Amino acid sequence: MLELKNISYKTEDGKYILKGINLTIDERFVAITGPNGSGKSTLAKIITGILKQSEGQIILDGVDISDMSITDRAKAGVTFAFQQPVRFKGLTVHDLLSMAAGEKIPVGKACDYLAEVGLCAREYVNREINASLSGGELKRIEIAMANVRGTKLTICDEPEAGIDLWSFNSLIKVFENMYSRTKGTIMIISHQERILDIADKIVVLKAGEIDAVGTKEEILPNILAASASCSKLEGGRN
Amino acid sequence: MDAIQKTLLEQVADLHEIPEGAYSLRINGQLAGKNSSENIVIEKKEDLPGIDIFIKPGTKKESVHIPVLIAQTGLKELVYNDFHVGEDCDVVIVAGCGIHNAGDQDSEHSGVHRFFLGKNSKVKYVEKHYGQGDGNGKNIMNPVTEVILGEGAYLEMETTQIKGVDSTKRLTKGSVAANATFIVKEKLLTHGSQFAETSFEVTLDGENANAHVVSRSVAKEKSKQLFTSRIDGNNLCSGRSECDAIIMDDAVVSAIPEINANHPDASLVHEAAIGRIAGEQLIKLMTLGLTEKEAEEQIINGFLK
Repeated sequence: MLELKNISYKTEDGKYILKGINLTIDERFVAITGPNGSGKSTLAKIITGILKQSEGQIILDGVDISDMSITDRAKAGVTFAFQQPVRFKGLTVHDLLSMAAGEKIPVGKACDYLAEVGLCAREYVNREINASLSGGELKRIEIAMANVRGTKLTICDEPEAGIDLWSFNSLIKVFENMYSRTKGTIMIISHQERILDIADKIVVLKAGEIDAVGTKEEILPNILAASASCSKLEGGRN
Repeated sequence: MDAIQKTLLEQVADLHEIPEGAYSLRINGQLAGKNSSENIVIEKKEDLPGIDIFIKPGTKKESVHIPVLIAQTGLKELVYNDFHVGEDCDVVIVAGCGIHNAGDQDSEHSGVHRFFLGKNSKVKYVEKHYGQGDGNGKNIMNPVTEVILGEGAYLEMETTQIKGVDSTKRLTKGSVAANATFIVKEKLLTHGSQFAETSFEVTLDGENANAHVVSRSVAKEKSKQLFTSRIDGNNLCSGRSECDAIIMDDAVVSAIPEINANHPDASLVHEAAIGRIAGEQLIKLMTLGLTEKEAEEQIINGFLK
């Protein structure tokens, strides 16, 4: 269970990016949505320790992780699939999957993880994580790494972006498989209706504050109505 | 060989014992052993220190090892090795120099290697430089490599200097005939107050001559590196040089490229990038559970792999 207690984050010039976030998360799939600039990615970075909150506490399964380093939080069970995956000259897909596992994993096992995210494993396992890989391929590798880690909390920042050739059904299946292994929480930052549709809980952020929290039945109709009036979800990437 | 010499041999040639087939082993300034095979003949030079290696035309899937080991402080030597590769060969040549310097005087090995490749021959040339020893004397290596590629020939040079060489000045020259290809992959790591200078001079003379020089380096602590490369395109040809360096601590790296297109159909490219390890790379690996130091090591190992 993840508890966020009065989390705020302000920039050096005193502008609040997040303000007074109180949230308890224990569900299977939790979607974080909201317009661009509403603080979604900032919240993910604060939970993972990449950014340090200005105020508030983060409790993971009863343990206060507020002051822990990125490394210690990762070890405590937090995984983060980046919105924009990072490239590495020289490191291969197999190297990164092994680092995610904490030990060198056999090629066969690495291939299984890649196949699960829709990559033809044999072609990819020894590829370098460099500029030769497309954004969509990198996103899938990012999700494969999260699968390898299989921690109790996985945060995916816009996992659907750039994977246009891959069906949403496949992506959703990946998250379902991930849950069946981890039995933890998968927090997905997304604008996509089809992602929001599988969520057990939807959190809507607006200007750094929680605008609404509830089940998809409670939240989704309002979002869709707002989106219809704006012709599409604000900031959405349909 | 004693234990130190065996360690050096393992570091520079991945060998645990005297190799099979054609080889020449030089220890402490003396030829310690050599062996020719049916197709690869090694002869000691009469006028200069060094050897001539003759590879018969059509020799395929054979290799020759010529490691140099120095475990005597204060030894300085200049050695000339010439490789005469006949036509239509496909061979691997493994050279390398390991110095163990436990004394107070500088030890220095300078090898001048010349490669003459016949028509359509293919050579993979692997060279490793390694130094160790806790004495105050410096380990110095100044290799000169000169490659003359005949028509349709191909030489790929893999050169690695990862540890223990205090000062190096490396010069690699290539002259590339029609339809021939010259590839260099250099990996370099300097630390402490080491200095490394690496220069490439490639002339693309023949039609469809091709050259690709890639240097990846890491400079740590107070070390200094200088990379210069010059590619002259004198025909319809393509040439590319890349210098990619990671700097850490107080290290200094300079890259000075020069490309000269002396023919309207010469296509030449130079790329150089020098910078610290990107923060986002460290963060990514830390979110996988690595400490910052472990992340740094993984990034550097991968970069120099």
